[in-house]
Amino acid sequence: MSIKVRVPTPLRGLASGQDVLTITGDNLLQCIDSLEIQYPGFRDRLCDESGELRRFVNIYVNGEDVRFLDGITTPLKAGDEVSIVPAVAGG
Amino acid sequence: MSVNVYIPGPFRSATGNMAKVESEGSTVAEALRTLGNRYPAFKSLVFDLNGGVADHVAVFLNNRDIGTLQGDQTAIGEGDEISIVPAMSGGASGWSEEQILRYSRHIVMPQVGGKGQRKLLNAKVLLIGAGGLGSPTAMYLAAAGVGTIGLVDADVVDLSNLQRQLLHDTNDVGKPKVDSGQERINDLNPEVNVIKHRLYLNSENAMEIISGYDIVVNGCDNFPTRYLVNDTCVFLKKPLVDGSILFFEGQATVYLPGKGCYRCVYPAPPPPGMVPSCAEGGVLGVLPGIVGCIEAIETIKLILGLGESLSGRLLLFDALSMEFRQMKLRRDPQCPVCGDHPTVTELIDYEEFCLGIASPTEAAREAIRIG
Repeated sequence: MSIKVRVPTPLRGLASGQDVLTITGDNLLQCIDSLEIQYPGFRDRLCDESGELRRFVNIYVNGEDVRFLDGITTPLKAGDEVSIVPAVAGG
Repeated sequence: MSVNVYIPGPFRSATGNMAKVESEGSTVAEALRTLGNRYPAFKSLVFDLNGGVADHVAVFLNNRDIGTLQGDQTAIGEGDEISIVPAMSGGASGWSEEQILRYSRHIVMPQVGGKGQRKLLNAKVLLIGAGGLGSPTAMYLAAAGVGTIGLVDADVVDLSNLQRQLLHDTNDVGKPKVDSGQERINDLNPEVNVIKHRLYLNSENAMEIISGYDIVVNGCDNFPTRYLVNDTCVFLKKPLVDGSILFFEGQATVYLPGKGCYRCVYPAPPPPGMVPSCAEGGVLGVLPGIVGCIEAIETIKLILGLGESLSGRLLLFDALSMEFRQMKLRRDPQCPVCGDHPTVTELIDYEEFCLGIASPTEAAREAIRIG
């Protein structure tokens, strides 16, 4: 399953500056696991110690918040777009 | 002489729904008569029984009221623009000539018209922060004729602000931002009533300040204030137009009462130090120009009741890829503030909340709810 992951600027340092990554995985958890293997550090930024998604980072699959889908087990299919959107406070 | 004549919305049924028509003549009267001959209904709208321009119509030549020139005998040149502005309902009274001219580009649009412009003039909008986002928002709302603009900001202008905060200029360094903001706003539009709140918004003053306004626009620079403004707007049922920026990216949305809030999207703030502020991480100076203008547009749409608001959608802007994307937002029934069984029913200590320490009362309520 080839998934497109949109990386926000604050996390691009983990991904050698890339804004879009192509990753495989049948669900979000697998996708985060493969991100972690290729770009160590991602899991800690997205998940807390218990493996749950952090509450101040939102992950959208094709524009839908995964908290209203199946959370970290939200299934993914080829061509899906995963967007990582952190809370930002600047004004 | 060939000239363009701009037809106001209410008169367009007379000109085949055309907003702009070409006409000819050597004076304003001739150009209008040419049109009257082409469109008989237009003739009866614009001319009185004696054949002169009717009293209920104001005519502008290249944005100048012909009343201040030679009336309908004013000579016209090739390519000139004639604008026709009908008197508003209730007669032309209530509008000064300067207002009709200043807001003519709004008034001629049927979606705004005199009624819409009156709504803008009567609107009271509170801007949280007179910085990067607040600057373009304040300037465009002022130019648009939003009658009352409140500015909340405790800071003074710093040289490092001027890379993006266009409300202030070099001579303002050291001056309170609400003062230089008021000056810029009134330079743009002297009829805007600017209310200065030179203070830090907190749990003690937020309800009182925000309750005096129709719409709140967020342009603050920290998480505690974002949660404070959100909760206050939920409690007071005020629409909140939200924007935030960092580096090369911006976010914008609108939270309408009963349709979800900031906490539905971001239930908890990041731990201190995890997400840098603009001061720490930097921000492209133009970025707040884009996001602040989007906030201004959404505010005006809310006031006028026009179009589809960003409510339910999070607009993401990336300046580097020059892309706008949208994420769907929903009201979270579990939201502690606007959910079905709210656990936060009054303002809390937001500094503490953003340090990750739940306030004792909130912790107690949570315990009761779970127990």
